[in-house]
Amino acid sequence: MKTNKRAVTADMLVHLRKNQPRFEGIESGHRACLGCGEALAARLVTEAAGPEVMIANATGCLEIFTTPWPESAWRLPWMHSLFENTGAIAAGMEAALKAQGKPTKVLAFGGDGATFDIGFQALSGMLERGHNVLYVCFDNEAYMNTGIQRSSSTPHAAMTTTSPPGSERMGKRHLKKNILTIVAAHQIPYAATTSVAYASDLRKKVRRAMEIEGPTFLQIHSPCPLGWGHDSAHSIKVARLAVQTGLFPVIELERSELIGSMPIRHPRPVTDYLKLQQRFRHLFNKDDARAVEELAHIQALADHNIKHYCLDGEGMDALDSDGADTVRRGGMRWA
Amino acid sequence: MLKALEGSQAIAQTVALCRPQVVAAYPITPQTHIVENIAKLVADGKMDCELVSVESEFSAASLVLGAASAGSRTYTASASQGILLMSEVLYNIAGLRVPMVLTCANRAISAPLSIWNDQQDSMAVRDAGWIQLYCADNQEAVDTTIQAYRIAEATELPVMVCMDGFTLTHTLEPIDIPEQDMVDSYLPPFNFKRALDPANPTSVGTLVSPDFYSEARHSHHHALLDAADEIIAADNDWKQLSGRSAGGLLSVDGPDDARIGILTLGSVFGTLSEARDEYTELPPTKLIKLRSYRPFPVDALRHACAGLTELIVLERAISPGYGGIVSAEVQMALSGKPDMPRIHSFAVGLGGRDIPLDIYRKLHAAIKVPEPRAFSIIDVEPEKLPVEDHGIESANTDSNQQRSIS
Ligand SMILES: Cc1ncc(C[n+]2csc(CCOP(=O)(O)OP(=O)(O)O)c2C)c(N)n1
Ligand code: SF4
Ligand SMILES: [Mg+2]
Repeated sequence: MKTNKRAVTADMLVHLRKNQPRFEGIESGHRACLGCGEALAARLVTEAAGPEVMIANATGCLEIFTTPWPESAWRLPWMHSLFENTGAIAAGMEAALKAQGKPTKVLAFGGDGATFDIGFQALSGMLERGHNVLYVCFDNEAYMNTGIQRSSSTPHAAMTTTSPPGSERMGKRHLKKNILTIVAAHQIPYAATTSVAYASDLRKKVRRAMEIEGPTFLQIHSPCPLGWGHDSAHSIKVARLAVQTGLFPVIELERSELIGSMPIRHPRPVTDYLKLQQRFRHLFNKDDARAVEELAHIQALADHNIKHYCLDGEGMDALDSDGADTVRRGGMRWA
Repeated sequence: MLKALEGSQAIAQTVALCRPQVVAAYPITPQTHIVENIAKLVADGKMDCELVSVESEFSAASLVLGAASAGSRTYTASASQGILLMSEVLYNIAGLRVPMVLTCANRAISAPLSIWNDQQDSMAVRDAGWIQLYCADNQEAVDTTIQAYRIAEATELPVMVCMDGFTLTHTLEPIDIPEQDMVDSYLPPFNFKRALDPANPTSVGTLVSPDFYSEARHSHHHALLDAADEIIAADNDWKQLSGRSAGGLLSVDGPDDARIGILTLGSVFGTLSEARDEYTELPPTKLIKLRSYRPFPVDALRHACAGLTELIVLERAISPGYGGIVSAEVQMALSGKPDMPRIHSFAVGLGGRDIPLDIYRKLHAAIKVPEPRAFSIIDVEPEKLPVEDHGIESANTDSNQQRSIS
């Protein structure tokens, strides 16, 4: 096969991109902070899912910044009820669509608070009963909408307004809950993690989940510049480092069996990730023995993840933690 | 055709006649038999719906909300702790103006734990923005359930059908379950104009600033007030078809010249009506059956109280630290009426305490006082109270242990 060698200019690329017919479920002009990982993640999810969906959205930043009455950023049928009932609202939509014989797929959107904590029961019920719903958790590791309080997803040692460091504390005392394993333990057909830093991985997983008849779950690591205290231009960099350090494993499970993971090409020390974020700044006080100990502890958590989920890469891989974020138009031929 | 049915069984069969597409519920005494009967109807192929056995009442209410928002007719039922667990969702359903029907099998609230009947549960969600209709017997509950769907869908408001737990839900009575054709002709298929639809995407449940919240509340309040017309129309039309009225907003039963009235919600009406036949020596008495508690029928009540000098309001729940919940509203509704009756407020039958026929006599005796008491639990038994509570007033005028207010 011959490839067209005609020179492609940057202008032409921009033009092509702009004219590419692409479905957008969320319009620009919403009120998220600059660099909001959740806003980007939601856009990517709706793009990949397409227009034949109905969304149940939990209370949280995503709900608030997209729908200040009388405006709405959604181009999809979208409903917000409460903070902790999204699994059940979605289940109800699905039951209704089933009764009416309609093919529309139901998506449920919740933050980590809505998913790991207060809405966990409704989520568990929805999964156990096998509703045909794709539940997406936008994991920014705290209750951001109410001003950065700890959730059970907040990583160990992170500072939030309810887990402040002080003479008696080094930030959050407890570990980040392993929600994916708990969700997968419902024996659902598909549960996976992904990250806004890896858009094509995210899209691929959404499309995969969309094809499955039954409950599926996607946890998307979504940096929050405001809550994590990093430069809003660095959201993608920060998200990528979470994967490259091993702190956020990108994995897939089918009926609770691990079937895939994104290998890490060059594992980075956790400090590369932590030092970019104000929420970990108390760990960088060299005179504080507790800080040194906590850093070692966090490194040990990352090392454990790498071992446990077999994240060690074997040389170069187009889809590893250094390759998977490359945009490849034309598919893997150019990898 | 009359059939001997348990109240819960009758309600399940009636719900099936209304053809809900999605039913979700969680078991709690005394609602359980309703859901069990529905499950059996579904299992036997006699009812075609998505029946979802959820993991809590909170999810039951949420699930039917999601389903109704997606355009399906829905049903749920609960009681007591279940209603309280649902309460956040109940407000949400009403605020979103999503039509649906819920049966509340009225039961007391813990603590102390009681599985028996009073009406504290539905009273606790009085302000959730639902229409609340109270049923005096099982036939009324059947007819009200059918009407409730019509009212809900016409007004875009959810309707709570309240029926006393055990007294109605677990009692065998001869009941006429209407024919399917009759119900179909009365109740057209649900067509929710605001149903979510990918072809016409809308955003529901958005955030509003103080610029709009008051207006949303105003509209909701007025929708409830306006629903009174639909409640009356639905009952009239049902009467045309079935020959039976379920009691409109309220109904009055008794001689025109009666000077004493007793206002009730729910099944205690039957007891009082029987007692009135028994104690013929007592003065003529009108029984006022308040069916529509929300919307509260102020005009109908003022009309019903014309000519009364004494009005006893019989409460099946209390507001601790205040007293009678319904009485307070009745007082307000009648205030300013030149010939306003004296209002006597008594709670009776809390937590399933038996309400004997004799209560009628006690009530008549208790109002022979120079000034009406503010409120009392008329069937409290002072000898069972701890010593430190003995200073309280007892309204039981038969009792020698009556004490004065300190
Ligand atoms: C029952 C209830 N409790 C508390 C709240 C207040 N609240 C609203 S959003 C929120 C936190 C949301 O956190 P998360 O789900 O992680 O979403 P995020 O805003 O971080 O995207 C809280 C605590 C509420 N709305 N409802
Ligand atoms: S606070 Fe965080 S999650 Fe919320 S809009 Fe801002 S960046 Fe996004
Ligand atoms: Mg969050």
